Amino acid sequence: MSNQIEKRIELAAPVSRVWRALTDYREFGEWFRVKLDGPFVAGQVSRGHITYPGYEHVKWEAVVQKMEPERLFSFTWHPYGVDPKRDYSKETPTLVEFRLEKTATGTLLLLTESGFDKVPTDRRAEAFRMNDGGWTEQIKNIEKHVAHRS
Amino acid sequence: MSHIGRSSVAAKRQARAHVFAALGDVTRLSLVAKLCGGQAYSISQLRQGSKLTRQAITKHLRVLESLGIVHSIRTGRESLFEFDPQPIKGIKEYLDFVSEQWDQALSRLKSFVED
Repeated sequence: MSNQIEKRIELAAPVSRVWRALTDYREFGEWFRVKLDGPFVAGQVSRGHITYPGYEHVKWEAVVQKMEPERLFSFTWHPYGVDPKRDYSKETPTLVEFRLEKTATGTLLLLTESGFDKVPTDRRAEAFRMNDGGWTEQIKNIEKHVAHRS
Repeated sequence: MSHIGRSSVAAKRQARAHVFAALGDVTRLSLVAKLCGGQAYSISQLRQGSKLTRQAITKHLRVLESLGIVHSIRTGRESLFEFDPQPIKGIKEYLDFVSEQWDQALSRLKSFVED
């Protein structure tokens, strides 16, 4: 078990095409299934709502972090923050990063989502924060055990 | 973004963050590593080979107990502590869920740019 999600996917399309699909807010909306109010701008909040049937009431909100053309697009958000009554603004968001690399056949897209370990910033929670790099190895053992017992 | 009913997912997220965070402490992780063998241990047994005081071990066990990662059982004079795999399974399931949503989104992206 890792505390981040990593994906690699080969796309048979040029980097410029993939970049546009990621960062043009209308194109992003097409495949992500969200209707965004306006373009992505680094440092600014992106708002909209989900277009998937039955979930149109669900709001999308993210803060665009980096837009390095054809290399890196990143934003922070509260994954699956779908409860309209809940205030997510006090919770630490996760960071989503899309990295692009040119390949012989098109584009390699690397996606990471990290920060699941971050707890809301009240003092008690601060004390519990993740603090070392030994986590991944040790947790693997626990995971094996959990899988075994389940 | 997924589209399964998820208000309960959202509500549990805070608890999961605490589980992740609790396991980020080396001492607590080592306690869990020992306890997850399935056997129940007393605080004295858990202290063996460790420089920590009884009080320090107790404090860490209480954190784990508050998250349901360990349970204490009273036996005679001493409390024994045992491991409960559910909270850790919970965070694994959550990551699997988020991961699955990305697989679906990236697959849509692939069709979108390759068409």
